[in-house]
Amino acid sequence: MNIQRLFKRLKPGRGAVISIPYFWLLLFFLVPFFIVLKISFAEQDLAIPPFTSLMNLEEGGLLHLTLNLGNFDFILSDDFYAKTYLSSLQTALFTTLMCLLLGYPIAYAIARTDPARRNVLLMLVMLPFWTSFLLRVYAWMGLLNENGLINSFLLGIGLIDEPLMLFHNDFSLYLVMVYAYLPFMILPLFSHLVKMDGRLLEAASDLGAGPIKAFFTITLPLSKNGIIAGSMMVFIPAVGEFVIPELVGGPDTLMIGKVLWNEFFDNNNWPMAAAVATVMVLLLIVPIAFLHRFETRQLEGKGNE
Amino acid sequence: MKRFARTLLLGAVSAAYAGSAVAASNELNIYNWSDYIAESTIPGFQKATGVKVRYDVYDSNEILQAKMLTGKSGYDIVVPSNTFLAKQIQANLYLPLDKSKLPNYKDLDPELMKLMTKFDPGNKFAVPYFWGINTIGINTDRATKALGGKLPANQWDMLFKPEHAAKLKSCGVSMLDSPAEVFPIVLHYMGKDPASKSEADYRAAADLLKSIRPHVTRFSSSGYINELSGGSLCLVLGYGGDINIARTRAVEVKSGVKVQALVPKEGVGIWIDSMVIPKDAKNADNAYKFINYSLDAKVAAANANAVTYAPGSLPARKFIDKANLANPSIFPSKEVMAKSFVMLPMDPKIQRLTTRLWQEFKTRK
Repeated sequence: MNIQRLFKRLKPGRGAVISIPYFWLLLFFLVPFFIVLKISFAEQDLAIPPFTSLMNLEEGGLLHLTLNLGNFDFILSDDFYAKTYLSSLQTALFTTLMCLLLGYPIAYAIARTDPARRNVLLMLVMLPFWTSFLLRVYAWMGLLNENGLINSFLLGIGLIDEPLMLFHNDFSLYLVMVYAYLPFMILPLFSHLVKMDGRLLEAASDLGAGPIKAFFTITLPLSKNGIIAGSMMVFIPAVGEFVIPELVGGPDTLMIGKVLWNEFFDNNNWPMAAAVATVMVLLLIVPIAFLHRFETRQLEGKGNE
Repeated sequence: MKRFARTLLLGAVSAAYAGSAVAASNELNIYNWSDYIAESTIPGFQKATGVKVRYDVYDSNEILQAKMLTGKSGYDIVVPSNTFLAKQIQANLYLPLDKSKLPNYKDLDPELMKLMTKFDPGNKFAVPYFWGINTIGINTDRATKALGGKLPANQWDMLFKPEHAAKLKSCGVSMLDSPAEVFPIVLHYMGKDPASKSEADYRAAADLLKSIRPHVTRFSSSGYINELSGGSLCLVLGYGGDINIARTRAVEVKSGVKVQALVPKEGVGIWIDSMVIPKDAKNADNAYKFINYSLDAKVAAANANAVTYAPGSLPARKFIDKANLANPSIFPSKEVMAKSFVMLPMDPKIQRLTTRLWQEFKTRK
């Protein structure tokens, strides 16, 4: 990070303004993370709160610090956790790819329409956010289940004799995951695609490139930032997703969010849950750091122009 | 009972309320299971005492426990189930009862109170609200047909013997999504101690579960009610009261589905939900008033008729609907009770093992 260089370029008064987001991050990301990290080194206890404290002040002013590494050791030694992390990453990756494949043409189409219609289309993408996320998942449950609207309709018109198994399996899981996260892919893609200079495509066409070649040599590379931003916005929350797998996923869906829930609520083991969360955050920091490096590099690139 | 879905919806609402308990003598904050009281009870209590009641609901013991262990819940009465209550008592969360403030305490079923000493030694903290059984329910016509016209002599075999379960698979088999509820039943079925402390017993139970895994089509702790009454399930392992609700619903909508809560003679799992007062309750006196009010025979009977579970009060039985009283899944016979067991808490090591085995069982990994 090049915060100092960034600050130098800015006028002194702006430092205060810039510090607000950092303060925000410190207060609502870093501090909670350290609280979780602290709990992950504690031991389960039957008390309020249900874990031991790390520090004990003994008589004579001796400060005792007890760090319990057992939780992390357990996560590493039991391959169940590795399998779960892997399966979460896999689910998130597949969701991201599907969102990209679906979202890119949508974003492209919106960016290419005339401005008047563009706003209406953008509005349609954002409109679902006016309803609670949870209600939208419930709506899918109503559509997909065995006695749901889709099955009732298909049975009613006689297209099928037995209800289709649309619910509580991988199909419903990915359908709803992609549905829920698609806008997060479309919006950043759109904001990059809309800025693209249309004359570049005209030039390519003049020089004899067909639409496919023009797309792959001009549009796609120019929208790379949008692809990365959109993918991160989908991938990162999808890894930790709990509600969708729980409500519409199948019994064999293995996600880290559920394991965390089990540790916290079923085993009542807050330290173990905290350790699982810590490892998840560390796993997610890798893509975030990647994104951040990419953005910084871009910022620098623009500064040198 | 675990109704996770609704918890999410209600969680935000109750969280907003929970924090705002104010020290005032005419208030009472109750946190109870969803759909677990007659509509007339709270208005009746408010009228009788002038106490203003704030009534919030939850749908899983886990949610309640997390809130209690965080501390300062703001509630004056909560209603945990036996296994959870046992641990919460050990964690010193609740107020020992001053029974002189509960004149109706004498009406409580002495046999039930004796069962309760297993998790509340000396009956120091808890007043039973409702109790019931974990058992199997069937879609009578479809299950009988799938099994060739006759249920097996040991009705548990329907679920736990792969050859029977395989026949029922095509019409839907559902199981409670909770290792804490299912493992004791499997252990009991295998003739082992349902509260076993031996890891090997739980591994053996998991092996039995794995043998029927291909035939379990659904894991659900509340959704099965609708699916059973709608006809898309023909065998469920669930809560007796919920299976009765499914039966009532099927009758109401005239779906033609006949639902039956079975009470296998080999015994069932018994749970008891009890009212307790958190240590930091600000309106403990009002909590006593409410507990005493809900022990009143007529009030208890009204609640029981509404939720189709058995109350702790004996005189209440005079006012309970005859059909409910005669239903063995609400009031099991003495013979069944003698072979049944109260579910007890697992120590952390066993709990971890069962959660882990359950995940393996469920995800087939």
